[in-house]
Amino acid sequence: MPEKAAFENFAHDADIGVRGRGGTLAEALANAGRALTAVVTDPASIREVLSVEIACEAAHPEELLFDWLNALVFEMATRRVLFARYEVKVEGARLVARAFGEPVDVTRHQPAVEVKGATWTGLRVGREGGGWVAECVVDV
Amino acid sequence: MDLSRLKRRSEFEWVIEPRGKMRVPGVLFASEPLVRAMDEKVLEQVTNVATLPGIRVASMAMPDAHWGYGFAVGGVAAFDPDEGVVSAGGVGFDISCGVRCLRTRLTRAEVEPRKKDLADTLFRTIPAGVGSRGRIRLSGEEMDRMLRGGAKWAVEKGWGERGDLERIEEGGAMKDARPEAVSDRARARMRDEVGTLGSGNHYLEVQEVAEVHDAEAAEAFGLQRGDVVVSIHCGSRGFGHQIGTEALREMLDAGRRHGIDLPDRELACAPVRSKEGEHYLGAMRSAINVALANRQVLTHLSREAFGSVLPQSDLTLLYDVSHNTCKVETHEVDGKPREVYVHRKGATRAWGPGHPGLPGRLRPVGQPVLIGGTMGTSSWVLTGTESGMRASFGSACHGAGRSMSRHHALKRWNGKQVVAELESRGILIRSPSLRGVAEEAPGAYKDVAEVVEATEKAGLARRVAKLLPIVTIKG
Repeated sequence: MPEKAAFENFAHDADIGVRGRGGTLAEALANAGRALTAVVTDPASIREVLSVEIACEAAHPEELLFDWLNALVFEMATRRVLFARYEVKVEGARLVARAFGEPVDVTRHQPAVEVKGATWTGLRVGREGGGWVAECVVDV
Repeated sequence: MDLSRLKRRSEFEWVIEPRGKMRVPGVLFASEPLVRAMDEKVLEQVTNVATLPGIRVASMAMPDAHWGYGFAVGGVAAFDPDEGVVSAGGVGFDISCGVRCLRTRLTRAEVEPRKKDLADTLFRTIPAGVGSRGRIRLSGEEMDRMLRGGAKWAVEKGWGERGDLERIEEGGAMKDARPEAVSDRARARMRDEVGTLGSGNHYLEVQEVAEVHDAEAAEAFGLQRGDVVVSIHCGSRGFGHQIGTEALREMLDAGRRHGIDLPDRELACAPVRSKEGEHYLGAMRSAINVALANRQVLTHLSREAFGSVLPQSDLTLLYDVSHNTCKVETHEVDGKPREVYVHRKGATRAWGPGHPGLPGRLRPVGQPVLIGGTMGTSSWVLTGTESGMRASFGSACHGAGRSMSRHHALKRWNGKQVVAELESRGILIRSPSLRGVAEEAPGAYKDVAEVVEATEKAGLARRVAKLLPIVTIKG
């Protein structure tokens, strides 16, 4: 059986879903962030020339994914950047992360669409096999 | 959709009889093929909305309805001010997303020789796509003035003409906006986005009036076959998205506090008469003003671009409609005129002839209803009807709607090929992103002609003119 992708997008009616997997909740959330980037452009096309610190807090892991993705949407929009990679730590209800990327380069990144926000649709954070999966549908 | 759960009231009206916790029936306005093609989720979502407190008459779906967050896109629902709720899911993320149509006093024959120059000039002038910035930088106080004033603010700042305002819903400024209900994060997202087109399905299009279906209304709208118009489809940009996202989170808690039983958490809502409800309404109305200001500034930029390429042009506003809103309107409920909070999500306000809210020239024929298509297909101008005022709180469809996900479209089409194929048909595409063009390929959308035909036959609005694209600027 082929190994499941660390991050991927999935079709959901007219919209698009983001899914991250990892050995820990933090890794799954980091990879969900890469899947969010992949909605806009190929994460491999992004250089790591800057980093941004992000923190959020939520009582439930699903709400943490919702808040984390929305924090990324906010940072991407207001800083006009794209992120290639994330280092995420989760301690209890709190998430602290560093996102690495660069300013949007329209010619090189060919960004397809802005993500409007994460939604409650298809929102799932939980155990899968020996690891974690974090996914939801995002509005574009 | 399985038709067995629907009762056919007429050829274009399908009823979901109240059952379980439904307080009112559900009504789908569509032809049989359109209803059959709708996903089952539309039925579930129309049913869910019918359970919300204070809903009046019916939970409705327009002919282009498809699955949405909480409410279906194409959903219309009106709520009582005292017993009812307001729902962020009933408005959508892109608050006051809408379409504006401008006449140019140019014909296709005049534009054709300058088409390429016009496309390039528009593309240079209109900020479009991910990461683009507008010309305006807004400070705190100026931002507040924009949040209260909408297009009226923009015109006062020199971004337009006073005559534009009567051709915009709410006279260009949504009243009762509350800037103090707007978060710092929403403000941060709008600081330099006024006057930007955005991305995704948003566009600015130069179009030709290809067919006239209602000569009297077309004359009142100032449209003739062969005329060139400009249509702008965009909304409140990141500002509205941020308000919608925050409301979705806050209303989940508000609903629990107010004991509202929700079949789906994306129906998150708050009583109209509650702190949370008033907070959302104040912020949402500010977002409506952002969208109106944004389309107004884009209008000004379009005038600049047209003026430099075709100096004989004169861009005047036909109308500006919003299709993601909640508005307080008076409609007949149980035989009496009553104030209701009309949620239209992916549905266009379509006031009929004689409505006092319409400017004089338009009043005898009804409100122009602007329906967007895709880069390669038609868009439409319709007019509101008296029957639509009674049947759907004066609401009609809003567009084609996707038939294919972005994911699948990207696998199927190549942006360069889409651009070349459209160019061979005389349609020039300008976009910063070829991937974006592939995801927005005309084949990924449903046939809008079928939707507007069903809208007319259901009596919600009447076809006036069909528009075909000449130049499309995509975000």
